Amino acid sequence: MLQAAAFYILAATAVLSAFMVVAAHNPVRAVLFLILTFFSAAGLFVLLGAEFLAMILVIVYVGAVAVLFLFVVMMLDIDFATLKARSAGYLPLGGLIALAIAAQLALVGFAWVGADGAAAHLQAPMPDDTHNIAALGALIYDRYVLFFQLAGLILLVAMIGAIVLTLRHREGVKRQDMHRQVNRTRDEGVEVIDVKRGEGIG
Amino acid sequence: MLEITLGHYLALAAILFTIGVFGIFANRKNVIILLMSIELILLAVNVNLVAFSAHMGDLAGQVFAMLILTVAAAEAAVGLAILVVFFRNRGDIAVDGANMMKG
Repeated sequence: MLQAAAFYILAATAVLSAFMVVAAHNPVRAVLFLILTFFSAAGLFVLLGAEFLAMILVIVYVGAVAVLFLFVVMMLDIDFATLKARSAGYLPLGGLIALAIAAQLALVGFAWVGADGAAAHLQAPMPDDTHNIAALGALIYDRYVLFFQLAGLILLVAMIGAIVLTLRHREGVKRQDMHRQVNRTRDEGVEVIDVKRGEGIG
Repeated sequence: MLEITLGHYLALAAILFTIGVFGIFANRKNVIILLMSIELILLAVNVNLVAFSAHMGDLAGQVFAMLILTVAAAEAAVGLAILVVFFRNRGDIAVDGANMMKG
């Protein structure tokens, strides 16, 4: 009963805020609604017993991705009202395609039945005696360690790619050049001047 | 109605997916909202995977969902970096102007 109430509240919040993401006129609001969607999805994951993924969703999506979106939205000076107006012509087509996809998904959903022998072919049955996090950790550091490492590699490549894309070499900026600094000799750094008395070096 | 089954979660994921696809068309010119729509679609996929994982009692689905999460984060980072470079070069982010490479 309580679980059902939690599911309906979280699901309704997720759907409404997801709709507000695509319908909002102000992109900052869209990002905030995206955060609300992710929070609701995290709650649903907790309901499903996937606590680790719920926490990852909050940390990675809300803490990193959504803030990145917010950062970019606020950093770039974009005229969103014009963009929105120019997109309006695609609304009927978009609604039609969304309707078609929803109908297809519904068809699959109603026609779908679970295979009889599926329960005998589980890849990684959930152990009863440990937490979700411990079981998942034992799995990703043992059997799926290659995929785990590859995921880390993907993140590394994405990080390097993002830095390379946005790196800008500006002319006329004075920076410390360690190599030149260390390789300076006495001759080019110091000059001995024989100053005549009473005249100065001017 | 009061018992939450796999079908409930699948229906929710289908609705989220449809909203994401609709968002791609409704905001065709605005790359930022477009990227957010893609995030919504990936979230719907994750809900599906986790729901099946809980339904079947198989943890592999959650590992899969975690990998999708990673790829989604990488995609958002690179996409936003491209967006920043695009804005720097053109002064706006309308995607219909993205034919500079004449591909």
